[in-house]
Order: sequence, then structure tokens, then C-alpha cells
Amino acid sequence: MTDALITGIVIFVLATYLGAELIGRVPPTLHTPLMSGGNAISGITVVGAIIVAAAGLGWISTVLGFLAVVFAMMNVVGGYAVTDRMLQMFRKEDTK
Amino acid sequence: MSPSIVRLLYLVAAVLFIIGLKKLQSPATARKGNAISGVGMLIAIVVTMLELEILSPAALVGGLVVGSAVGWWMARAVKMTSMPQMVALLNGFGGAASLLVGGAEFLKSELTGEQIPMDTGITIQLSLLIGAVTFSGSMIAWAKLQEVMTGKPITFPAQKTFNALVFVAIVALSAYQLYTPDAMLWPFYAVCFLSRALGVLLTIPIGGADMPVVISLLNSYSGLAGAMTGFVIKNDVLIVSGALVGSSGIILSQIMCKAMNRSLANVLFGAFGGSTAASGKSAAGLTVKSITAEDAAIQLAFAQSMIVVPGYGMAVAQAQHTVRELAELVEKKGGTVKYAIHPVAGRMPGHMNVLLAEANIPYDKLFAMEDINSEFENCDVAIVIGANDVVNPAARNDPSSPIFGMPILDVDKAKSCIVLKRSMGAGFAGIENELFYAPKTSMLFGDAKSSLTKLVSEIKQL
Repeated sequence: MTDALITGIVIFVLATYLGAELIGRVPPTLHTPLMSGGNAISGITVVGAIIVAAAGLGWISTVLGFLAVVFAMMNVVGGYAVTDRMLQMFRKEDTK
Repeated sequence: MSPSIVRLLYLVAAVLFIIGLKKLQSPATARKGNAISGVGMLIAIVVTMLELEILSPAALVGGLVVGSAVGWWMARAVKMTSMPQMVALLNGFGGAASLLVGGAEFLKSELTGEQIPMDTGITIQLSLLIGAVTFSGSMIAWAKLQEVMTGKPITFPAQKTFNALVFVAIVALSAYQLYTPDAMLWPFYAVCFLSRALGVLLTIPIGGADMPVVISLLNSYSGLAGAMTGFVIKNDVLIVSGALVGSSGIILSQIMCKAMNRSLANVLFGAFGGSTAASGKSAAGLTVKSITAEDAAIQLAFAQSMIVVPGYGMAVAQAQHTVRELAELVEKKGGTVKYAIHPVAGRMPGHMNVLLAEANIPYDKLFAMEDINSEFENCDVAIVIGANDVVNPAARNDPSSPIFGMPILDVDKAKSCIVLKRSMGAGFAGIENELFYAPKTSMLFGDAKSSLTKLVSEIKQL
């Protein structure tokens, strides 16, 4: 195994535990925005998609890259926008 | 930009994601948190573009524009009641992106003739598998939620064995691809195809009422797929974000399973709520007390305290705004109103909370099951709107019931109870609900929204 892989695994495991700590404290009332917001974060695949789309290695890889960027951006923009739309509806009693 | 600066900026993005999630721990800061997380994403995207000396901008810019436009439009157009479908779609998109990136990386090495190191090869195969399962599984979940296909479990003989064989075939083909560097492309295509088939096969036996677990789990998969892509392209920020979302989805799945008193394995492979006939006690010989909107209105108008128990029926009827009107009238007459939310009410975690928030109901009136169960005893009227299994006392009293042991809202302990229900049909679990036959319970039959509208106009006339 290469060093890069080991580092990756270390980061992965630590981030998993961090995620568990963070998410365990989110109140049930925010579970839906949590999912859609988390979803938007997982749209970070767009970084990989951009690299692939820009590589310019023949038409197959360009088409795949284009599609990957489209899917990832729908995930990112759709996820953040819909989460924001939901969260702006949550209000406390006094703020009428 | 030097590679080390790029890596540090990716780290900034990852930290912003973490801060964003942290701020989701309170409704007061959640919106800001989401924005902070969005800034992290923007940084990651801009840094990636700056780092590349872009060779083929058309595909890239086109993809960015099309994806953003469609995503934006979807987020604006979607109805709050359709949020579970939206989240299912978003999960699927994430999976598809991972599948495509993994596929493109694989084909790239084939095209350029370079040898893929074994560890990258393995992560590419994982990226393909998890991405494809997430994608096709989410599409099935979407179709079930959208009612394009039946919400009932689809089963066939030896289903689990068949699924296991498909999985083994995927692993075998991946291994073959990895150990024969000069192999042709067919194992790659076969892995992509079979993985998508596996996503479908794993999701079809799961019933509509179990969707909260499935969506949470697919959410987790979409994170894992992202993390695998991170391993493929050796990018820390993908690994971190993927792991965060992966564990978030797992935790939500666990919360959902616990709220149904079932194991994850039972939800995934149990085909619950299927053709199995109603078990547990039968309702023979029991009678139901039906009530008119007029009488129910009188009961509500004089209630000192009312607890609203919303369920999927409220979402289907889009009755959340009428619920608020009713609650305001009861409050005007001097009663207090609270809302009791069961963790698996609706089709996804937090589904009811979002709908009630849309209707402008303050979130501090919404209570989780464990916080409100002790209050039912002192409550004058509990009003159940389109909920069934989550208020079934059989979960407490009847060991022969399939849902025995599931934590429920103690609606039966309220001084009186009004159940709004379309008809006497059983719930998704196909189980009789003795709450409906209890002497304290009155049934108000009809579509939730029209029943509520009648209640509102009756109370106004009092």
C-alpha cells in the first residue's frame, strides 16, 4: 500500500468519527435539511468531475466528464438551494 | 498555484463543511451553517479550476452551467411535500457523478495505456460499485415515493440468494479486471451494469413505510461514493466530506431503525408490510365511534390543551396549512397546542417538521416523541392526522403484533382522541389499530384537508 492510500484511510476514519459526533447532536426537527445539506456536501465529487471533464482525452472521457459535472452540480446547487429554502421557513414563536 | 497551497485551500473547504454541519445543531444557526458550507464548496470548485490549466473548457463550462441551472430550478420548483423524492434524486445524482468519475478514470488509463496501480484500481472498482448502487437504488426510491411504481415490496423466490450471487459476480469481475491488466473492457461494462442492477434489486423489496431508512442509507452511500472518488483522484477534501456524509446517513438510519424497533438487516431484507395478511389481534366484534365535524369542533373549541399528531396522511393531503389555521383557532379560544412528531412519521427523517415549518408553525411547538409522551395523560384532546402505526397501542400491549416493541406516541392515554382518517383501511404495516376502537376515540372520516377545513369553519361559527 502506498503512503497516499494510508493517509487517505486515516483521514477517512477520523472524519467518519467526527461526522458521527457532529450529526448525533442535530435535533430531529432538522433531519430533513441535514440530509439535503449533507447531500450537497457529498456533491464535492464535482472536484473529481471537473478534473475529468478538463482532461481532454478523447470524446468518451469528455462526454463522461461533462455528464459527471452536470450530475455533481445538480447535486451541489440543488442541495444547497433546497436546504436554504427549507431552513428559512424554520422560525421561533416570537419572530412573527 | 502551487500544489501545497491548493491542498491547504481544500483543507479550508473541509473545515467550512464541518463548521456548517456544526451549525446545523440548532435551528437558529442552521441557515447560516448551510451558507458557510456552500462557501466551502465554492472555494473547492474555484481552486480546482485554477489548479488545472484547462485543456477542454467546453465540456467543463457547459456541465457547470447546465448542472447549476437544473439544480437551481429543481430546488425552486419542488413542493415541500415532495421533499423525500427530491432528496432521493439528489442522492442518486451524487452516486451517478461518482460512477462517471470512476468510469472516466478507468477509461483514461485504458486510453493512455498507462498501468493503474493496484490500490487505485481497487478504489476505482469501489467507486463504480457504490456509485452505481446509489444511483439506481435512489431512482427506485424516487419512483416509489413519486408513486410511479408500487410502494409495496416486490419479492421473488430466492431473492436474497440471487442478490448475493449478483454481488459475488461483481466482486469476481472486478478482481478479474484488476489482475489482468491487459484485459478487454467487457468486465468493466459488466461491473457497471451489474452494480446498477444490484441497486434496483436491493431497493425493490423495501416497502413504502420503510422509506425513511432507505433514504438515510442511500444518503450514506452517496457520501461513501464521494469518499471513494476521493481515493481514486487522491484528494483529501473528497475523502473528508464523503466520510462526514457517510457517517451522517448511517446515524440517521440507526435512529430510524431504533424508532421502529427493527434491525437494519430486517428493514433491508425483511420485505415488511408486504402481502402478509394483517396479523395480531383482529378487529372482529369491535365497533368504531364515528363523529361529525360539528361535534369534533365543539370538543376542540373547549379543549384546554390539544396535541396534534401528524403523519404521512397529512403530507398526502397537503393539509399542513389548515392544521395551522385550526391550531390558531384553538389557541384563540384559550387552549394550548403542541405537536408530537414520531421519528418515522412521513417518508423521510424530519418530513413532518419541514411541512409544519412551511405552514409557519414555530419549531419550538414541535416535540420529539420522548419529550411529549408524558404529556398525553394531561391532554384534553389528541388529534391524529393521517398517522396510524406510530400511534398503535398494540406496539405496547400485544406481543403477537408485528410492530410489538416499537416506541409509539401514547395517544391512547389522552383524555380524548380524534382520529382523522380517510377510511378504516389498515396502515402500511397492514395491522389493525385498537386505538380506533377505544371508547375515548372518535373517528372523523374523510380526506384530512377537507375534514380540517370543515373543523375550522365549524369552530369559527361557535
